[in-house]
Amino acid sequence: MTTLEIILVTLVAAICGMGSVLDERQTHRPLVACTLIGLVLGDLQSGVIVGGMLEMLALGWMNVGAAMAPDAALASVIAAILVIKGNQDKATAIAVAIPVAAAGQVLTIFVRTLTIFLQHKADDYAEQANFRGIEICHFAGLSLQALRVAIPTFFVALVAGTDTVTAALNAIPEVVTRGLQIAGGFIVVVGYAMVINMMRAGALMPFFFMGFVIASFSNYNLVGLGFLGACLALIYIQLNPQFNKAAGQVGSVKRELADDELEGL
Amino acid sequence: MSEKKQLTARDIRSTYWRSTFLLGSFNFERMQSMGFCVSMIPAIKRLYSNKEDQAAALKRHLEFFNTQPWIGSAIMGVTAAMEQERANGADIDDAAISGVKVGLMGPLAGVGDPIFWGTLRPVLAALGAGLAISGSLLGPLLFFIGINIFRALTRWYGFKYGYAKGTEIVSEMGGGRLQKVTQGASILGLFVMGSLVSKWTSINIPLELSRYKNAMGEEVVTTVQSVLDQLLPGLMALLLTFVCMWLLRKKVNAMYIIFALFGVGILGYWLGILA
Repeated sequence: MTTLEIILVTLVAAICGMGSVLDERQTHRPLVACTLIGLVLGDLQSGVIVGGMLEMLALGWMNVGAAMAPDAALASVIAAILVIKGNQDKATAIAVAIPVAAAGQVLTIFVRTLTIFLQHKADDYAEQANFRGIEICHFAGLSLQALRVAIPTFFVALVAGTDTVTAALNAIPEVVTRGLQIAGGFIVVVGYAMVINMMRAGALMPFFFMGFVIASFSNYNLVGLGFLGACLALIYIQLNPQFNKAAGQVGSVKRELADDELEGL
Repeated sequence: MSEKKQLTARDIRSTYWRSTFLLGSFNFERMQSMGFCVSMIPAIKRLYSNKEDQAAALKRHLEFFNTQPWIGSAIMGVTAAMEQERANGADIDDAAISGVKVGLMGPLAGVGDPIFWGTLRPVLAALGAGLAISGSLLGPLLFFIGINIFRALTRWYGFKYGYAKGTEIVSEMGGGRLQKVTQGASILGLFVMGSLVSKWTSINIPLELSRYKNAMGEEVVTTVQSVLDQLLPGLMALLLTFVCMWLLRKKVNAMYIIFALFGVGILGYWLGILA
């Protein structure tokens, strides 16, 4: 890799690292991160495809409450570099991305612990009504998160073009690489399971099965299925008695009257 | 008596911009507290002029805070409204402001997480990834632009709404409206997830069950997969999804499950069960 490429890749990594903690503009998602790496390395097409493949895998990786997602940012950036500059095939790069995501998660935990010191520094500044001080503490935390992805990426970028990484990856036996590719075909269900669990809606599960069966026996694409799902949601809400309390009350009043009449007789 | 203190349009823009960095200093002790405090700084500067009041307000907003980040803007709006009333002489104590923050962050995260992380992002990402796998730049663009429009609108109008409604928003939670939105989003999300399980999971079990020549002299091979496909295509994917859901509910770390599935893939290929 040229010096310029290394600098650009490290910069993209920093942006993705910030995106990863902020969960704001979604620059840490594989779709965006891999595309950006593709852009700066001059192979947009490969970046987009790796991004798409990895995004499917990472669909359920999310920060909910205090829980932490595997690190999509570092995984995406490194997978894209390996494909574009390391000449690895895409499925192998995706398989490599998983342990990287786990390692990235450990780094995140480390930085989030480190930031506690900044939190206490901010307390001191609050005592003095020092606005600037608190802002600096806050953005220092953000910078640490940027470095968290940028530094590992920098080192990978240094060696990715050379034989080191490639040789190491080629040394993996076929049964492992092929097995990883096969697993890649169904590992996405972990992501689906996370999303479904989060909605934790037992009563609504029939809609899940409807989606499954309709998709299994039809050729509708996702846009069609999305419309169908939206229509079902609207119909359900319109008909759900829970949301028609006013009508329900009228019904109960009538029944009371009927009871009285019976007693009167 | 001086004029009533209130936020200017510039303060609101500044709060919006700062709020997009809410999670920057996320830490295990107080999570989003620094981000919340930094977002409240324009309001604190506008509303309180003496050092003591400012310091007290800063300390108030360095307390533990954690919610779905985008919808957090609505809480900032409510908080700003309460701070404003307080600065204008209303009898609102620290506990009231903290109480509203804490009272809102849980329920709003409960609404925001399934809508944004559970539905909007997976649906947009799945659409985008589908396009991206075929090499189309449209995929990433659709995802990035789409999700950021929703994000920006949620933040901007969330703050405006919270600020305008002030404490009223708390009682609004009781009304069925938020519940309707949450439930509708869950239905759409579950429906799309169901179709994804079927469409985008590939499991192939080519293990042979029988092989014979039929009357026409053609060889007929029956594999586990062909039997399963006759029953219900995608059945294995469905079962696997439920196993994962169960494991996750048992608090098994997702990374372990992913590694275990990789193990299944390698072992299955080695034994010739999976292809």
